[in-house]
Amino acid sequence: MPTDQFESPDYYLIDDLLTEEQKLIRKTMRDFVKKEISPIIEDCSQKAHFPEEIVKKFGEIGAFGPTIPTAYGGGGLDYISYGLMMQEIERGDSGMRSTASVQGSLVMFPINEYGSEEQKKKYLPKLASGEMLGCFGLTEPDHGSNPAAMVTNIKDKGDHYLLNGAKMWITNSPKADIAVVWAKNEEGRIKGLIVEKGMKGFTAPETKHKWSLRASITGELVFDNVKVPKENLLPKADGLSGPLKCLDSARYGIAWGALGAAMDCYDTARRYSLERIQFGKPIASFQLTQKKLAEMLTEITKAQLLVWRLGVLKNEHKATSVHISMAKRNNVAIALQIAREARQILGAMGITGEYPIMRHMANLESVVTYEGTHDIHLLITGADITGIQAFK
Amino acid sequence: MKILVCISHVPDTASKISFTDNNTKFNAAGVQFIIGPYDEYALSRAIELRGDAGSVTVLNVGEADTEPTIRKALAIGADDAIRVNAFPKDSYFVASQIAAIAKSEKYDLILMGRESIDYNSGLVHGMVGEMLGIPSISPVMKLDITGNKATMAREIEGGKEIVEIALPLVAGCQEPIAEWKIPNMKGIMSARTKPLKVVEPTAVEETTSLNSYELPAPKGACKMIDASTPEKLFEALKNEAKVL
Ligand SMILES: Cc1cc2nc3c(=O)[nH]c(=O)nc-3n(C[C@H](O)[C@H](O)[C@H](O)COP(=O)(O)OP(=O)(O)OC[C@H]3O[C@@H](n4cnc5c(N)ncnc54)[C@H](O)[C@@H]3O)c2cc1C
Repeated sequence: MPTDQFESPDYYLIDDLLTEEQKLIRKTMRDFVKKEISPIIEDCSQKAHFPEEIVKKFGEIGAFGPTIPTAYGGGGLDYISYGLMMQEIERGDSGMRSTASVQGSLVMFPINEYGSEEQKKKYLPKLASGEMLGCFGLTEPDHGSNPAAMVTNIKDKGDHYLLNGAKMWITNSPKADIAVVWAKNEEGRIKGLIVEKGMKGFTAPETKHKWSLRASITGELVFDNVKVPKENLLPKADGLSGPLKCLDSARYGIAWGALGAAMDCYDTARRYSLERIQFGKPIASFQLTQKKLAEMLTEITKAQLLVWRLGVLKNEHKATSVHISMAKRNNVAIALQIAREARQILGAMGITGEYPIMRHMANLESVVTYEGTHDIHLLITGADITGIQAFK
Repeated sequence: MKILVCISHVPDTASKISFTDNNTKFNAAGVQFIIGPYDEYALSRAIELRGDAGSVTVLNVGEADTEPTIRKALAIGADDAIRVNAFPKDSYFVASQIAAIAKSEKYDLILMGRESIDYNSGLVHGMVGEMLGIPSISPVMKLDITGNKATMAREIEGGKEIVEIALPLVAGCQEPIAEWKIPNMKGIMSARTKPLKVVEPTAVEETTSLNSYELPAPKGACKMIDASTPEKLFEALKNEAKVL
């Protein structure tokens, strides 16, 4: 594998909009990725192996829950810093970013937002340090884009809840110590529960043979009459808005993350095109290659401005779900397009593991689907523009 | 143990170097600055040696634009920092400023890189040692402390030299003395509030003045000679490159 020489493009001097601390955080994560992820990721991905040791390392550097208050072991950082961290991690690999996103936005976030003081104290510091790994169970075998129709349910049995049902496509699940699970109560209200590994009737089999996010582990959550103690219910979550707010937080990180993957593909293709000689010239000298590179950089620059502005809105508490939908959809789509074009620039080399492009490309096929598919996000924007929901 | 680590603020190793003002000023536009890589080895080792009761102070002679570099050193783990508010004109000037601070602060160890990577003079550690009347040694590749004694290894022509010196001392460090430390988010957050003291420089007699900078001549084109015709290589070396 060639050494990781990645540099991020900054065509519009967007760095001038960042604080020194934000730039230091980005540099720190970039150094971390070059040291801990780039050297192993191709091999892990080829072998569909989840490098479990990364969990502790993410904890040490502070990649889990950077916006969670420091009192609970989080980073207490601003949203642009968080976004830059996700950009750098996904620049390394979308699967590694998925691990960090799920832990921070889908497990720590709901516990911090909807949990009791005891739950926060019990779980957050261990999740922040990487001592514990968590997962988030919303999607079901028969309910993906429409989670409101879920069938997983809880029944109040006096001193405990009885949980039944199944979740599918759950990132981290086979290795997770806890799962934040969304289930309906007797009244049909969606509630959140913390289910711990080892509870009787709870299993988490792995989903094998993925062609995407191969270095991330995915599985099911199966609940067969699981007795969940009452103190494991998230007291402040009620209704679909509970999981949806978590997804907002994660999607925000994805919008930045996908940009990182796009940057890596662009940077790789640019370098390669200057070195690869055909017809006696670097392939970068042909107009068609230049068109590809110029369009990639244009899209990256637009996407950078989009997430930077979204980050400012997040910091000012003005970002809404529809703002986040637009950024998630756009940035993942351009990343996928850039990965495909970049792969072509590398010719046959582009399909090998010598370069990261094909891995990013395959990874992004999951990213464009999870956390709200490309089309569903479009319909969210459409509904916002017209006031008419087209997906029901 | 009370340790002082002197850090330089230098262009990233991948920077494109150019000059302005009739080749008398380095053009910093668009250049990323970093902690001198050798200085960063010194800093990493200092943090390992600090112990529970010790302290690591970082010192930089530089103008206000070096503060992000100093904050990074604090994020990596230094306890506090001093910036001598002056442009680091030359090695003698920088050494004089470091010595002035070290005289009053009484450090057990003064560490820095074997050289900065901008001017690569490798003079400051020796000068500081002389100015303070304490030993200085460079390049140090291994440094251990037991009691009041430092054991160091350094590379010499054709081998290694192991020396033992009583503290206090000055050392110019290089790899593999320690591994660079990547700061973590907690470190970056705590660096916000760690003390960074700005002091004015002491007066130093001007010993050098800069006339101009020159870039090395651009690399010539690469010429390929087929392995089956070695005589052509000899000829090119003799008549074109004129090195034979
Ligand atoms: C690798 C991976 C990891 C994942 N991790 C998690 C996790 O940790 N936790 C979790 O809960 N889930 C997770 N998911 C699940 C993910 O969120 C779902 O796959 C996603 O919500 C889409 O659901 P679905 O796959 O059932 O597709 P479907 O909902 O069946 O959609 C199929 C297609 O139909 C389209 N479609 C559906 N409804 C409409 C409509 N009304 N109008 C127009 N088009 C429509 C969709 O856009 C899509 O193209 C993960 C998925 C993957 C691939």
